[in-house]
Amino acid sequence: MDGSLAERVDYQALVLPYARSPDQDAPRPVRHPVVIVGAGPVGLAAAIDLAQQGIRVVLLDEDDRLSTGSRAICFAKRTLEIFDRLGCGGRMVGQGITWNRGKVFFREEPVYSFDLLPEAGHRRPAFINLQQYYVEGFLLERARALPLIDLRWKNRVTGLQPQGDGVLLEIETPEGGYRLQADWLVAADGTRSPVRRAMGLESKGQTFRDRFLIADVRMDAPFPAERWFWFDPPFHPNHSVLLHQQPDGVWRIDFQLGWDADPVAERQPERVIPRVRALLGPKVRFDLEWVSVYTFSCLRMERFRHGRVLFAGDSAHGVSPFGARGANGGVQDAENLAWKLALVVQGQAPASLLDSYDAERVQAADENILNSTRSTDFITPKNEASRAFRDAALGLARDCAFARRLVNSGRLSLPSTYRDSPLNTLDAEAFDGPMQPGAPAADAPVRAGGEEGWFLAQIEHGGFTLLCFGEAAPEDLPGIGGSPLRPLLVVPAGAAPGKAAGLPVIEDAGGLLALRYDARPGTTYLLRPDQHVAARWRRFDPALVHAALARATGQG
Amino acid sequence: MLNTELNIAAPDDFYEALVALHRDLTPEQSSLVNARLILLLANHVGDATVLRQAMAKAREGIGPAGQDATLRTTA
Repeated sequence: MDGSLAERVDYQALVLPYARSPDQDAPRPVRHPVVIVGAGPVGLAAAIDLAQQGIRVVLLDEDDRLSTGSRAICFAKRTLEIFDRLGCGGRMVGQGITWNRGKVFFREEPVYSFDLLPEAGHRRPAFINLQQYYVEGFLLERARALPLIDLRWKNRVTGLQPQGDGVLLEIETPEGGYRLQADWLVAADGTRSPVRRAMGLESKGQTFRDRFLIADVRMDAPFPAERWFWFDPPFHPNHSVLLHQQPDGVWRIDFQLGWDADPVAERQPERVIPRVRALLGPKVRFDLEWVSVYTFSCLRMERFRHGRVLFAGDSAHGVSPFGARGANGGVQDAENLAWKLALVVQGQAPASLLDSYDAERVQAADENILNSTRSTDFITPKNEASRAFRDAALGLARDCAFARRLVNSGRLSLPSTYRDSPLNTLDAEAFDGPMQPGAPAADAPVRAGGEEGWFLAQIEHGGFTLLCFGEAAPEDLPGIGGSPLRPLLVVPAGAAPGKAAGLPVIEDAGGLLALRYDARPGTTYLLRPDQHVAARWRRFDPALVHAALARATGQG
Repeated sequence: MLNTELNIAAPDDFYEALVALHRDLTPEQSSLVNARLILLLANHVGDATVLRQAMAKAREGIGPAGQDATLRTTA
């Protein structure tokens, strides 16, 4: 799937044909283990993840097109690592614009720049920019290669009835309606979520009184692949502007307009072009690719699990775009949900495991909303005092180091550490560093089977991994394997494994894995299928591992 | 712990300098100078507990009578 020879597809123009399903001719509603509503990045990611774990999925979408316009463009390191596990990370990175650096300007002066991935030894960059239609297109092509996924376009959910052991769905198609029975329903159907409405549920929060104009333009421009953010620039006084590169010579320009702007008039080319011209100067030639005027809200549903219905992505929570926390947060929801739902559907975990999806992703949504709200408060001051503090921080930033850290043009998406998760086994021994229970596993260069590779690629199998550091495998380690636990021995660089007894072995090529995991010989980590840490110890003890595994699968 | 006992050696000199800092400024300019001064002093103090106590003390007895530019909403 990761070839670069693939034919160039115009994903925006792609029409995904409706096809009649045999379910529409069945005398009674056909029953499916998992139905997902919404074939956006979140629904597609969830479907692929479930299918990779052997679960049959019906994926419904009301439309027959992928994303119209660029929409989400920033995809974070953690999301790319998830796409790697889903079999399409290489295509995303190959097509995307890689960037790590951001610059902030106040009026005419640069005041601050930041590097989002200051250390080496990671497979994926801090961010790539890639139009949402490419992301959806690549996910779609991956989904189509998986026979367990049944994609149904122009299938609109018009009603649903929760039942004790599932959900009865009413679906409208170009050829009329039919009904389906879902054991589990995943609502990845976006901000206006028809599923949420049909269930009489709400997503609550606050809306900011400000309007923004997105002008995606196609041009040859001398700007570097960096995120540039201006506060109060001479070419757009009193407001902010964001400039960011996308593939195919397309640039995202985001102009703050203020609350009084007329959203219809501001969308017209005769209004947009002079704004872009003011930024680029008179000589740069450009074409408008996509124009949109938006407002935003920070919203969240009270709970993401409602019995047999699970909400993921924008249906469950909403954030401002500054921080790239919408699509990234949504894909991370999908990954958190998929392995848990797979275990429940396969009868390997109780349904209550899904309550941990709610606990972990509500916490992550709150983290995203907190960061997004803080950025918004800085970019769109709520009152005169907050405007004065904003300008004070920007004015001091050039001379005073502390003020640079207060400047907030978006705190960019980082994965959540599920510190308080019920699935974690608390440390009984002392460890340093960030790899605490609940943390997303850090990557590092490793050698596997004599070849250079990456750590995270070694733990993409969809089950739990038991990571043991040391030159030899503990004697009873081989006996612990089997679904859903796979042992993996990590030996120091150059060391030949002593008694690996047929276990998979990797070499800690640069010593970074031991450093990042604060590992010593004997250190053992239990990693979840979504590559988050469940537990860690200084020595391998089968009884402790079994207890931690039970806890991490909702049986502890 | 926020010190609310006298901690400035020459209080009248300080007060005069503080007022002089705002001479011939518009209200907007003054508000910007105050904001910069608060940020500089807050960073110098550093202690989060002291800063929160100072913020609470500053706000004591002042109830909200304005409106922020955000809306409570549902979608």
